[in-house]
Amino acid sequence: MNPKLSNRIAISVLYVISGTIIVILAALLGYIIISGLPAINWHFLTSPARAFTSGGGIGIQLFNSFYLLILTMLISFPIALGAGIYLNEYAKQNWVTALVRTAIEILSSLPSVVVGLFGFLIFVVQFDFGFSILSGAFALTFFNLPLLTRSIEEALAAVPNAQREGGLALGLSKWETVTHIIVPAALPAILTGVILSAGRIFGEAAALIFTAGQSAPALNFADWNPFNMTSPLNPMRPAETLAVHIWKINSEGIMPDAKAISSGSSAVLVISVLAFNLLARFVGKRLFKRLTAS
Amino acid sequence: MNNQLKKQLLKRSKAAKLERLGKSVSFLALMLITVTVFAIIIFVASKGFSTFFSNHVSFVDFITGKNWNPSVTNAKGQPEVGALPMIAGSFIVTILSALVATPFAIGAAIFMTEISPQRGAKILQPVIELLVGIPSVVYGFIGLTVIVPLTRSLFGGSGFGILSGTCVLFVMILPTVTSMSVDALRAVPRYYREAALALGATQWQTIYKVILRAATPGMLTAIVFGMARAFGEALAVQMVIGNAALLPTSLVSPASTLTSVLTTGIGNTVMGSLQNNALWSLALVLLVMSLIFNLVIRLIGRKGAMSK
Repeated sequence: MNPKLSNRIAISVLYVISGTIIVILAALLGYIIISGLPAINWHFLTSPARAFTSGGGIGIQLFNSFYLLILTMLISFPIALGAGIYLNEYAKQNWVTALVRTAIEILSSLPSVVVGLFGFLIFVVQFDFGFSILSGAFALTFFNLPLLTRSIEEALAAVPNAQREGGLALGLSKWETVTHIIVPAALPAILTGVILSAGRIFGEAAALIFTAGQSAPALNFADWNPFNMTSPLNPMRPAETLAVHIWKINSEGIMPDAKAISSGSSAVLVISVLAFNLLARFVGKRLFKRLTAS
Repeated sequence: MNNQLKKQLLKRSKAAKLERLGKSVSFLALMLITVTVFAIIIFVASKGFSTFFSNHVSFVDFITGKNWNPSVTNAKGQPEVGALPMIAGSFIVTILSALVATPFAIGAAIFMTEISPQRGAKILQPVIELLVGIPSVVYGFIGLTVIVPLTRSLFGGSGFGILSGTCVLFVMILPTVTSMSVDALRAVPRYYREAALALGATQWQTIYKVILRAATPGMLTAIVFGMARAFGEALAVQMVIGNAALLPTSLVSPASTLTSVLTTGIGNTVMGSLQNNALWSLALVLLVMSLIFNLVIRLIGRKGAMSK
């Protein structure tokens, strides 16, 4: 075969492969949206799920997903920020730093089931939190920390060194330079990282089935005292999230409209994650424009 | 007066105090993550080993036994905790999905970096990012409603099995492997391409004989990363594989993986019982495999760095 012919064949094969991937995504998204959209309406999004009869919604699961997301972020963001700052600004090149980096890499590659089981062992059983939002939030924190730390570290590393030198030359301490100059300069990138990881947390289920639990007790949305059992804000109640709900009704659901509910929930989940991605791009660009001269 | 001045000058300033505080707090945050990782390894290992130390199951039986039925004792008076079906299931779906995904991923990566960078950045890049964003339960649900009925009508049987699991995992690891391969290809210096083209090589000859060779370590890392993801994926696989703890006899017979048995089993067993400990041993296998994947990635990285 002459080189020109094989060149042409190879390049057409590459076109076919790329086309196939695009078709796969289009089919996936199309299927999710087309089969899911008819199920979505206000009643579906707000009413509680029903176990045996059709007509249930995903109201409580949706609320749980968002509440868990916020709690997880509240716990993991300060830790990831601190760790990112130390890794990028203070850490020296020595065996301790190497060890820490290895540990973070290991944590990010651990299967989420294992992280969930550890959360189950520590928070649900040892600390006796039970199946609760709090246990779930801690488990998700472990799941979220390595990636968030890495994205914050990368955001800080992208700030030019002249900024650091400028801060130090003005007589600021290193910490003041970091908090007043470097972090604000890296803020758009940090925020993008946070929103992207929010999308990951929102769709995570494997780490939650044994920590936040698989049941969604009825909530009283008029009661905002976090110490009452039926209050939506109570962090000690079991809370099935939307992603867990999809898994649960597909493996043991007995309601007659399980398929419609899962299609609707999948569509809601995918649309939310897409919204997170779009938001991340938009906010990142917007903030960058506002905070910099460019 | 002098003493007072001396005191004032030698006293740590507010900024210096803040500096120390900030540095220690951020160091603590970092240590917290590190300690957590070791805690996870230690806790899972101590639970996982108790099958062998407190329940006295032999390790060889656990790894090679073909019957998984922890509540039943076999002829030797030992509980039946042969994990081979699950270990085999996990490895088979992982390797198969990596085999299917690799040509697609590398092809797409070459397309994005070498053939048509503009269209690649405009169309393929967002496609890949969207695929990463779809949660794994959604993949599982689509597998359940589309792929399982499809394999049922094409190959008979129940439709649940290795084949369906492979299909779901293929789509799940495709974006990871692709985007990492793209990074590997982009890292190949531009003058490699220019030199090859200047020697009269066609585009495909340049890609096949120069760029792919130079990017091999990076590509291998990408594939191993994808395999690590496939090995640890739980719910999507659990929903389509059929959950029968049997050695898989064909691609369309129900099987199970380490993760699928864990997700279905942990909730139905009592903490501290043998049935529960055996599941923790499976989790330990999962953890060890994840560490091994990590090690392999490091070794590849080191080799790749040396050959440059």
